[in-house]
Parts: sequence; C-alpha cells; structure tokens
Amino acid sequence: MTAPAPVLTMSGIGKRFPGVTALDGVDLRLLPGEVHALMGENGAGKSTLIKVLTGVHPADAGTIVLDGRNVVFGSPLEAQQAGISTVYQEVNLCANLSVAENILLGREPRRQGRISWRRMRARASELLARLDIKLDVSAPLSTYSLAIQQMVAIARAVDIDARVLILDEPTSSLDADEVGQLFRVMRRLKEEGIAILFVSHFLDQIYEISDRMTILRNGRLVGEYLTRELPQVELVAKMIGQELAALERLHGEHKTFDRPLVEARELSRAGAIEPFNLTIHEGEVVGLAGLLGSGRTEIARLLFGADHPGGGELAVGGTPVSLRTPRAAMARRIAFCSENRKQDGLIPDLTVRENIVLALQATRGWTRPVPREQQDDLVGRYVKALRISPPDPEIPVRNLSGGNQQKVLLARWLILEPRLLILDEPTRGIDVGAKTEIQRLVAELSDGGMAVLFISAELEEVLRLSHKVEVLRDRRLVAELPNDETLTTDVLMETIASGGRVS
Amino acid sequence: MRRLLWPVVVLVLLLALNIFFTPSFFSIQVRDGHLYGSLIDILRFGAPLILVSLGMTLVIATGGIDLSVGSVVAISGALACLQISQDAGLFTAVATALGLCLVLGAWNGLLVATVGIQPIIATLILMVAGRGLAQLITDGQIITVNNPAYKVIGGGYWLTVPFGILIVIAVLAITAFLTRRLALGMLIESVGGNAEASRLAGIRARGIIIMVYAFAALCAGVAGLMISSNVSSADGNNAGLWIELDAILAVVIGGTSLSGGRFSLSGTVLGALIIQTLTTTIYSIGVPPETTLLFKALVVTAVCLIQSPTFRAKAFRRRGRPASQSPAPEEKVRVTA
Repeated sequence: MTAPAPVLTMSGIGKRFPGVTALDGVDLRLLPGEVHALMGENGAGKSTLIKVLTGVHPADAGTIVLDGRNVVFGSPLEAQQAGISTVYQEVNLCANLSVAENILLGREPRRQGRISWRRMRARASELLARLDIKLDVSAPLSTYSLAIQQMVAIARAVDIDARVLILDEPTSSLDADEVGQLFRVMRRLKEEGIAILFVSHFLDQIYEISDRMTILRNGRLVGEYLTRELPQVELVAKMIGQELAALERLHGEHKTFDRPLVEARELSRAGAIEPFNLTIHEGEVVGLAGLLGSGRTEIARLLFGADHPGGGELAVGGTPVSLRTPRAAMARRIAFCSENRKQDGLIPDLTVRENIVLALQATRGWTRPVPREQQDDLVGRYVKALRISPPDPEIPVRNLSGGNQQKVLLARWLILEPRLLILDEPTRGIDVGAKTEIQRLVAELSDGGMAVLFISAELEEVLRLSHKVEVLRDRRLVAELPNDETLTTDVLMETIASGGRVS
Repeated sequence: MRRLLWPVVVLVLLLALNIFFTPSFFSIQVRDGHLYGSLIDILRFGAPLILVSLGMTLVIATGGIDLSVGSVVAISGALACLQISQDAGLFTAVATALGLCLVLGAWNGLLVATVGIQPIIATLILMVAGRGLAQLITDGQIITVNNPAYKVIGGGYWLTVPFGILIVIAVLAITAFLTRRLALGMLIESVGGNAEASRLAGIRARGIIIMVYAFAALCAGVAGLMISSNVSSADGNNAGLWIELDAILAVVIGGTSLSGGRFSLSGTVLGALIIQTLTTTIYSIGVPPETTLLFKALVVTAVCLIQSPTFRAKAFRRRGRPASQSPAPEEKVRVTA
C-alpha cells in the first residue's frame, strides 16, 4: 500500500505522573487527508497523548516529528503556530462576541492600527464558506446552536494554516443532524489535505468518518489499524482487553426473581439516554455493560433522581413515583454510589466518620443529630467490615487511598440499608485486593435480598456478579441478556459492537 | 488545636506590645460596681464585631460571603431607635428590628440558593440598598433616644460584667450548640466542601444556605442594637460602616477558608479580638487612626494571597523552592496582623 508520508509522527512517547504511568511507548502517525480515530476506554491515555502533542504536558520520552523536523512544543500556543490546532469538547469561544470576532480573535485585520470590521467580516465569511457554511458573521455566537459554534471553532482552528486538526469528542453534545453537518465539514477539510485526529466514544461515528485508528489501552499502544479492516467486535475487544481467564461466578445456584422492585418504562432524558425499559427485582444484581458514554451513568442518575427524566414512567415497589431529587429516591431506599467519587461523592475536608454518616444525617435533618455513640458504633462496624485502612475514623477522608475512599462511600450508603444499591464503577482505579472485597460484598448483599445495579467498564466483572446484563450502546439500551452459561465476554462484546442487531 | 496556634500567638503578641506603652494595660478593677480596664474595653467594643463575625463564619463555611451585614447593622439600629422614639415598648422595638433583619437575611439566602446569584453579588445588592433603607428609616437624620432600658443592651452592666459581653457569650453558646451539638455544622461544612456531593447525599442545601444567611443577618441585627444602644442614637449612614470587611478578616484570620468547608467558631472569636486589639493598639501607641483601614486592608490582601495555592507555588518557585522556607512568609504576615 502506498500511503503518503505522514505529516506527524509521534514515536515511543512516554509520560509519567506521580504514581502512574500515563503513557508508555506510544506511537501515533497522522497522514494528510485522513481522519484518524484515537480509541481507548477512560484512562487509556487518549487525553494525555493529545496534551503531549499540543504542548500542554512535556513528554518524558519519545520524539515528535512534524514535516520531517523534530519538534518539542513548550505550550499550546507553540503547537498552534506550528500548525496543530485543537477543538475541545467544550467549545472554548466567547459566546458574547460575534462569529467574526471569534474566528479572528487576536488576528483581526487592521488598518493603521485600527480594526477593519468590513475586512474582518469578509474574511470570516470566506473561512466559513470554505467549510460550506453560511452565517451572519456579525451576529453574536450565542445565537447559534452548539453544533454551529463547534464549526466556528473549527473555522478558527483551520484559519491558522493548520496541518493537523485535533477534534476531542466534538460530537458528545450534538444530535444526529448536527453530527452529519460536522462530518461534512470534516470531509471537506480532509480533501484539503488536513490530517484530522478524531476522538469519540460513538462507534458508529468512528466507522462512518474515520479511515484509520490507533487504539490505546492502559497507556500502552495496542496497534494502528485501517478502520475498514477492523470489525467492530475486534475493536471492542482490543479496547477493553480480552482476558480469557475462567470466570468464577460468584452466585451459586440459579435463582428466580419474581418481586419487581424498580420498573422503568420508556424512561428517557434528551441528550442523555433514549427511552428504555428496565426491571430490577429484589435480590437481583443487574449489570450494565457498554462503553464509556453509552448511557450507563445516565440511567443510574435517572433512577436516583439526580437528573430529571424527560419522559416515561418509573415505579418503585409497584407504586408510580416521580423522583425529583436524590432525597426522594433515598426516601424510597434507593442509594447511589457515584462514579466520580472526588467530584460527586466525598467531602474531602470532612473526616471518614463524618463522610460515612452524612447520608444518614441528611435523612434525619440537622435538628436530630445521629448520637455520637451510634455514629461510632456504625462507623466502627463498617470500617472493620470493609477493612477501611487506616482504621482511624477521625482523619480527613482526602488522606485515604482511592480504594479506601471508595469503601467509605460504600459504607455511607450501606448504613442506610437500601433496597436498591446503584454502584457506578465502584472498582475503578482501585487495587485488586479492594476490588475483590467489593465484588464479594455485592454478592453477599444481593443474597441478603438487596437489589444491586452494577455498572462497570470491565465486562468480566459484570459477568461475574450479575444475574442479568443490560447492554448499552450509543445512549440506547440495546439488549437484555440473562447471565447463563452461554453468556461470555465475547458474546457481550459482540452485542456491544453490533448494537444487538445480530444475536 | 494546631490551626488556632497562630491566631493565639498574634493576639498574645499584640497584647504584650501594649504593656510597653500602657503599663496598666492588664489591670482589671471594679469601679462603681463595674469591671473596668483595657482588656474589658477590648471585649466590650469588640462585641459587635464578634457577633457579626460569627454569622459571617457560617456563611463563609457554605462557600458564600455576606457583604450586607454592615447595612443590616445600620437598619437594625435605625428601626429600633425609631420605634423607641415613637414611644414603642423596648420589646416591640427589638423584636421588629430583629424580625426585619431575619427577613433581609432570608432574602439574601433566597437570592443565593434559589435564584443562583453569586453570593458576593447577591449580598452587594443589600449592602448598597440597605444603607438607603436605613437612611429612609431615620429620614436622613440621626435619631437620638433616651431610654435607660435600651441603653442597657450596649452600655449596661449585669453583675459587674458589661451586658454586651454577656450577649456575645450567649450567642456564641447558641451557635456552638446549633452547629456542634446538633448536626448543622456538619451539614454546613459538607455543603461548603462539595455542593454536588452533598446534594447526591440527600442534603437539602437550599434550606441550609437560606438559614445561614438569615442567621448572619440576625447576628448583625443584634450587633446593630448594641452599637446604637451604646451611643443612644441611630446613624443610618455610619453605623456598622465597613464592619463586613473586619468580619471577613476575622473569619479568615481565625482559620476558616474563604473557599468554604471547615470552620472554627473559636478561631473567629480570636480573629475578631485580634482586630479589636489591633485598633486599640494603634490608638494607644499613637498611630494616626486614619491609617488603620489601610493597614487592615493590606493584611486582608496578604492573608488571601497566602491562602492561594497558586500564589504559594509561584512565590516559592521564584525563590528556588527550598521546602524549609515555606513557613517563613506566612509567619511574617501573621505576625504583622
């Protein structure tokens, strides 16, 4: 195959942060006139690689060659001047300025030191016309949709004589039409010979637009592939990592579940999750499998009242409910251990004890404090049961390791004795020992009659714990699979990849 | 408590400094059945500031700030004096004044918690409008009252102790009870430490925030009664002027971070006492009083800078970052306070 010479070659890139190796010997090459997808699960190193490329982080090892010359970028500005432009997921433009001002900010055409507005508008329209877009460029940016704003960001990026355009999850907040519009612009730029690096969690989009892809896993390179030669199921397998170790199912005998606890009918939220049906029975562990951004967390948040559904019905224990706040869900004994324990879970300044009793205290209100003896008793019991270390409940929770912080969060919800416990990635980023303990705990809790909604990126873990597995893809619940002997990680990956169409 | 170490050291240093200029500084006597002495004066004149700072502590702990307390001080004094000058009873006067303060505080809280206006802007509204309201109540004049019962609040004595000090002790005890005996303190710290996580833990942040602003206004209201009672008059223009700045400073010196979360009531009391002692010291050693405001402003700036991790990182990187040097600048600033 005679491929043109790459515009950009990164080889042997390594990057360490204190305590973690973020990238280890990663190669990436971008060819002119190609859309190159950068694939990998959360924490695979995609954003670190982009940050190294754009000069946000210096690389610890490896070389970057742009147009045959060795380059080292000290800042994003240097990278931009060398022809590498980036458009981030969150549009970082000024919504209060006009479209033309946004496109040419800092490079306004001037005459005698004064800005020539007429030439500025002409130049901006010209740039947009290049992308096949017609807009009133003197209107404020905020009058346009997010998709158009994204195009404006792209127009701004390619005006700087870009050789390489990096699009970091540009589609995550766009609807289908807007995505189509974006793709037309991308194809246009491709024809002009610009190399595009594209990051997205949506497999369909990757297969629609990309020519080539590089897959990362745990900071290492899995490989570079031509998109048309890599079947979706293999892509999923390569991203997740296929571990064919014999699966030990933690649940022994087959049980039947006939007492529905939570029933969602056509529940949906625009931009988050398409309408779905889901029934969780008492004592049942339901696994949610799917790639990042497929709607896993969104389902959890709807069931906990953290977000409001746009449509559909929800019933708890047979009675229809509308969960307007987490508080309302807690009153129906639903608990939610969030995925992002730093942002949505723990209060870093408070002690382990205070963090554990927080939800219990919240249900009682501030006028009825949990008696100190009861606090010490509960906290002591769970510190021991979950083996939280160090076992001192009076130290600030921020001083604990990730796994122990996770256990603190778990303890907070367990003392409420919920009927449904939603666990969103409870084992992410924690060591193997703590992981097994949490898995065992989940199995025990469900044997005791508690229903568990278990969300994990690790299919093996989902399989090991769940009685049934719900498969999500691109914000749709595409399949419900009973967890019997025939269900393997391969079948799950196949379902994720095919979207449940073949089964 | 290690985080109270610096405030204590600063206070002790300031007090010790006075000995050189006023040898009788530490003597406390009983004259005419009243406690009398410089230390008693510091407590007595510092009482309104301590009250305002206590309310401010809780507001800051939720991650907010209340700029309107100075205006509330003026409104409370003005309304109480107006009523007394119109021959209303003492109880009616005090109750209506404090009632209005509660309403104003709840208004601040509503703007912050329900409408989502940034606290500094939300309370700025009342800071400006409140002065106008106070002047409206006093009709632009200074209302002078002659009511011995009202005079007791800020200028009276009970069992030889100045009444203002007793009020401070009572409010401090109530605040400590609400926050540390009941669970209010933990929930406030939780909301200030991580608002989204608190919501997901089922805490009704809205109610807590409204309550905290109302409480701050109530404290300011009591302080306003104290100030106007002490001089037997209400001045809508100048009562409680800039007291919000002193209160914020007191909270920060006391070790409560402006970004919210953990708070310390005893730290705040120490902070307020430091400021009052500083004012007294400046008078007693003969520094022109017009420099005190400037001096306090400089201290606020320095303290805020030192709290900022970015500033610390930058300042120490420039010096070639020897780790042992890091406590030095903090020491310097705290001592000058």
